[in-house]
Amino acid sequence: MSTSTPTPATEPLDTYTLNMGPQHPSTHGVLRLKLTMRGERVVAVEPVIGYAHRAHEKMAENRTYAQFLPNTSRQDYLSGLIYNVAWVEAVEKLAGIAVPERALVARVILSEFNRISSHLLWIGAMLLDLGAATPFLYTFDDREAITLLLESVTGSRLTYCTARFGGLSRDLDPDFPRRAREVLARLKPRWDEFEGLIEDNVIFRERARGVGVLTVAQCRAWGVTGPTLRGSGVAYDIRKAEPYGAYARFAFDIPTRPEGDVLARYLVRVAEMRQSVRIIEQALDALPGGAILTEGSIGVRKRLKPPVGTLYYTVESARGAYGILIVSEGGTEPYRAKFRTPSYANLAALQDVMPGTMIADLVAILGSVDVVIPEIDR
Amino acid sequence: MLGGLRDLLAGAIGHFAATVLLGAVVIMTYLAFNVLFLIWLERKVSGRIQRRHGPTEVGPHGSLQTVADMVKLLGKQILTPVATDRFVYVLAPLLIFLPTICLASLIPLSGAEAFADQPYGLVVIIALSAVSVLAIFMAGWSSNNKYAVLGGMRSVAQVIAYEIPVLLAALAVVLVAQTLSLRGIVAAQARGVPFILLQPVAAALYFIGITAETNRSPFDIPEAESELVGGFHTEYSGMRFAMFFFAEYTNMLVLGALGATLFLGGWLGPWLPGPVWLLLKAYAVIVVMMWMRWTFPRLRFDQLMTFAWKILIPVALVNLVVTALVVGGAG
Repeated sequence: MSTSTPTPATEPLDTYTLNMGPQHPSTHGVLRLKLTMRGERVVAVEPVIGYAHRAHEKMAENRTYAQFLPNTSRQDYLSGLIYNVAWVEAVEKLAGIAVPERALVARVILSEFNRISSHLLWIGAMLLDLGAATPFLYTFDDREAITLLLESVTGSRLTYCTARFGGLSRDLDPDFPRRAREVLARLKPRWDEFEGLIEDNVIFRERARGVGVLTVAQCRAWGVTGPTLRGSGVAYDIRKAEPYGAYARFAFDIPTRPEGDVLARYLVRVAEMRQSVRIIEQALDALPGGAILTEGSIGVRKRLKPPVGTLYYTVESARGAYGILIVSEGGTEPYRAKFRTPSYANLAALQDVMPGTMIADLVAILGSVDVVIPEIDR
Repeated sequence: MLGGLRDLLAGAIGHFAATVLLGAVVIMTYLAFNVLFLIWLERKVSGRIQRRHGPTEVGPHGSLQTVADMVKLLGKQILTPVATDRFVYVLAPLLIFLPTICLASLIPLSGAEAFADQPYGLVVIIALSAVSVLAIFMAGWSSNNKYAVLGGMRSVAQVIAYEIPVLLAALAVVLVAQTLSLRGIVAAQARGVPFILLQPVAAALYFIGITAETNRSPFDIPEAESELVGGFHTEYSGMRFAMFFFAEYTNMLVLGALGATLFLGGWLGPWLPGPVWLLLKAYAVIVVMMWMRWTFPRLRFDQLMTFAWKILIPVALVNLVVTALVVGGAG
């Protein structure tokens, strides 16, 4: 994706260039879209990224494995806990560190809560893109309950850094299951409420149905993953395809919709939140006792030196497949760390979908894919 | 009371000048208070819909919040971007609220009081209310900003499309009332029932039409924030920006009051004086518009046009023809 160039003199007279972003209410941060427009219609889209580039991959090479922990949740700030757990589990696998059962199950519980909170925020932001301001406050209200719960366990509200090599930084307190169930009881009636308030709204359906259709072939070509892929009818979820952590123990479905439009992506995410609740309930029932951190484990205190080797580890984040490639040469720092972030591929696929739509649709499509810009730029 | 004051002034400066002066002062003062009140009301209504309190800090129940905001806007630098068409750019915010002030003077406040009651009042109102779109387009065009131009163009297309159903709905009322005078229309409702019962379709069309004409959600595409940043007023700041707000809320009041006059019986009502009834009805219409704004997503531009040309206008035409046949048959 290129830097900006002056408009060439040969540009046809019936089109014009519209610069959308990096400061624009609907580009979700600092994405810039260079649009070629004909009236209200979009002729070509060129996403320009890199405005939030912080060189996370290079930083990983200059830090010990433990020192990189706070960086993880700053890649995707909306599902930071999942990223945090992913890094820890990848390093554990590379270094062969045992994890207590309680920690494995607790990670699932916390990750799924984080997924729900990410999806809730997405619903609000997406409807704000469509011009409805109120759902944003409703979903933030519910998200706050999850944030408070996670804060009580992890100490942070957004950029979580709770996973440790060999477990978690602190144990779930005895009262945690009760409070977690309270939050779930609050969330469960919400899905039906959303159905009535959002899905059944004629204007929402008209704005979302048949808009921004991503075909399976396009998804495959661009490497689209996550709810965006499942909204196009492909039942692919890392939690099922390559189960990691404790996910293999819990029963849950992969919701899919065949349509591939904005509405399908919305419905898939709402269905996914129901499944997350299912997972959390099973995990709370099955939460074993015992230590949260392996006895005599290094935590973050001692220097960790994984053996020489290369490892690729993927997890399902709220936006899709998040992959970590670690190359270790036996030192205290990774020789190379590469992150495969889902929004990057998902955004790239939109170049195929957006041309030919109206500018209002473009905003809806961008919103429906749920891009997190710092995670694209890293 | 106003009549007495006018006679007093007339001795000094003449009858006509006294009427104009008094009318302008009263209307401007009231409209200024109305805007303060409506913005406060909008914040409270949106707050209740969104399960929060709205403003609470400045004044009792936050009622002085808008005053504080106005003071802030007054203190802001009035910025004129370099690339603007300066004359038109400065003129647009002035032009946008002049017609709304004229409109306010045309609404009869009660059987006896109206600042400028015209025998053809309805025609004048509908003609004048179209002027504001000119100002919006001037603002969009002179800003020399692509988002502003898009917003301006959308606004023109939208107002032209939605003016027609409003006009046709009003015409149906005219047929029933047999007069173009607003006072006559209310008098006709005094003899029978409010016209919302006789003309429910026209009332619905009118309501949808004025929501679109005042650029309120779900028809707020000329200033669609998520698409066009600020639409036609993207490049305006300080008091010039406030002028657009002033015009929007004044327009809501005028069109709400017109709706109350056409369909809800205007100033008619027991116990309370006429102007109070008129304003109560107008504010009721406005609260429904606010309620819609905070519950609905926005329509897309082409859907908006389809809705006007393919649904509203045919329905309005059929309603008009049926009304004409019924009235003609009865007459």
